[in-house]
Amino acid sequence: MQGNEACTEGAFYAGCRFYAGYPITPSTEVMEICGTRLPKVGGVFIQMEDEIASICAIVGASLGGLKAMTATSGPGFSLMQEGLGFACMTEVPCVIVNVMRSGPSTGFPTGPSQSDVMQAKWGTHGDHPAIVLSPASVEEIFHETVRAFNLSEIYRTPVILLYDEIIGHMREAITIPEPGAVEVINRVAPNCPPNEYKPYDNKLGDIAPLASYGDGYRFHVTGLYHAADGFPTNNTKMIEDAARRLLRKVDDNKERIWKNEEYFLDDAEIGIFAYGVSARSAKFAVRELRKKGIKAGLLRPITIWPFPDAAVEEMSKRVKAIIVPEMNLGQIVYEVERAAKGRCDVKGIFRVDTEPIRPIQIMDCITGAVLALSEAKNGAKPPVSTMTEMMVERDMIDG
Amino acid sequence: MSTPTEELKPLAKKKKKVPFNYEPYIRGGKLPHIWCPGCGHGIVLKSLLRAIHTTGMSKDDIAMVSGIGCSSRTPGYVDFNTLHTLHGRALAYATGLKLAKPKLKIIVTTGDGDALAIGGNHFIHACRRNMDMTILVYNNAIYGMTSGQSSPTTPQGMISTTGRYGSIEPPFDTCQLAQAAGATFVARGTAYHFQELEKIIYEAILHKGTSVVDIIDACPTYYGRFNKYKTPSEMMEKIEKEGTVSVKQAEKLTPEELQGKFLRGIIHRSERPEYCEEYNKLVATVQAKK
Repeated sequence: MQGNEACTEGAFYAGCRFYAGYPITPSTEVMEICGTRLPKVGGVFIQMEDEIASICAIVGASLGGLKAMTATSGPGFSLMQEGLGFACMTEVPCVIVNVMRSGPSTGFPTGPSQSDVMQAKWGTHGDHPAIVLSPASVEEIFHETVRAFNLSEIYRTPVILLYDEIIGHMREAITIPEPGAVEVINRVAPNCPPNEYKPYDNKLGDIAPLASYGDGYRFHVTGLYHAADGFPTNNTKMIEDAARRLLRKVDDNKERIWKNEEYFLDDAEIGIFAYGVSARSAKFAVRELRKKGIKAGLLRPITIWPFPDAAVEEMSKRVKAIIVPEMNLGQIVYEVERAAKGRCDVKGIFRVDTEPIRPIQIMDCITGAVLALSEAKNGAKPPVSTMTEMMVERDMIDG
Repeated sequence: MSTPTEELKPLAKKKKKVPFNYEPYIRGGKLPHIWCPGCGHGIVLKSLLRAIHTTGMSKDDIAMVSGIGCSSRTPGYVDFNTLHTLHGRALAYATGLKLAKPKLKIIVTTGDGDALAIGGNHFIHACRRNMDMTILVYNNAIYGMTSGQSSPTTPQGMISTTGRYGSIEPPFDTCQLAQAAGATFVARGTAYHFQELEKIIYEAILHKGTSVVDIIDACPTYYGRFNKYKTPSEMMEKIEKEGTVSVKQAEKLTPEELQGKFLRGIIHRSERPEYCEEYNKLVATVQAKK
């Protein structure tokens, strides 16, 4: 099946019963399938007037007790940013799928890209937690969609499923697990009497149980900074506590949220850090390079936010250089640089002509890096930036 | 179908004068409210709570949703399921919530800027869908929270901080807009006519479908000061009392006499399938085919 279809299968498996959205290429299939399938299981589907309304509607539905999702792409994701911040602030679980297309603005709507990876983390204003998952195959979209719902319920925060158009429209055979085979986490309802309920009570930890409207818990939810009881506060101490707690929910649980795939990384001399479709090319490149005797390895983050600092740090201690191929003009490469802390060279391979990064680009870059490193041993300075550009140029002539 | 003018029936025969007890509806410790002295919002809230009380609905079954602005602070003071959302977006949140929990009676408190400017798109689409919810537009023709800018209902020539030389934009008529967009109950009240307002809100809540009530009230702090009204009561007299006529009175007046006056009362009421019921029908049909 198609990636976008696998996303809906994952959502239904996880118990999603509410979809609100607005059509946009290349994510529309998610919406169309939800519109067809949700009524069959008694779920709710509604086409809203825009993406702003869509994200607001899923938060409203989630407060009504349903697991809720929306899907969009570039421009729609931009429109959703304020609503995303509201969901972070009010700690309402929901899942937002962003099938990345070329931008900025209308860009090239049918062209893939990986250029929303920073927006997914920093798009909404103010300090806020971010959990962003980045699957690289159709089967993985299924599993990561289930995990997105689970993480969203566990941490009471919106979770973004981020994949590029290629993965979204790619067709691969997948096995959908029997019900119960994959863990599905449901919301923890409060067990206190309604008059004692506080939606942001942190006495027992950073994440309080969330009641549903209409179940006897008449609580208040606001996008203003609020006290434990949910009502607005201008107490500076409470504001700081709330701001720090929001980030802590994810920061303190990074190890549980992180998920990486390592491919020939144990003895690698050159590491690749790649996600989504670029990781597929990277995997191919690793295999080919190994055949030539070059010890390349891949670190593929499946959770891209929170950023896998520990895994990159570990890799940077073992390899001589990290290559970061991404379909943008340099986004996650700077995070890799930050985590590598100068322990090794970090080089980006960037491509924005809406064609995927080819294995040959990565291979050429790595053979170049190996050459440069051996030259560096002999005292010459490695030609860091020009090399990448040359490779991209060559590939464009070839392709 | 549509009845252009209607007379309001008294809610119940008056017995002894027992003062209305607002306490069960007001959240403990959340007052004083943020509204300025002379603001009409408190009067509207009283009419609203009295109307809710008369419906006999359980507090658990009422969800009050709002956006951003002075009127949108209402949910914080009242003991229902309450949701204070983003500027302009209350109706989108309300739509999701209503579909997830259809048993909830949704009451949206919003302002002229919140509902008709930034939330204008959601407003017309909510009216079009005819989902069962009551939209109360606290219309003071100005942005009060941000200290007095022009709004989509600011009359031409009136002064604001973003219209120092007088507004040149023609204003929206909330009721005409709602009716044209498909709302099945459209009414107007004022804070001055607070007893009539209570009856209108009561009818709006009981109406099945999208009901819109445009509530004209005064912002003496900004609109009043900028436009040379001396007191809040003068504003109520001139804008709310003299600036409106009831639908019944209007029948006797010529178009010239009605010029510049807002109609008060139930302006439009019609029947159209309610969204949640239609959705349930769709689900039943789809499931029967399986």
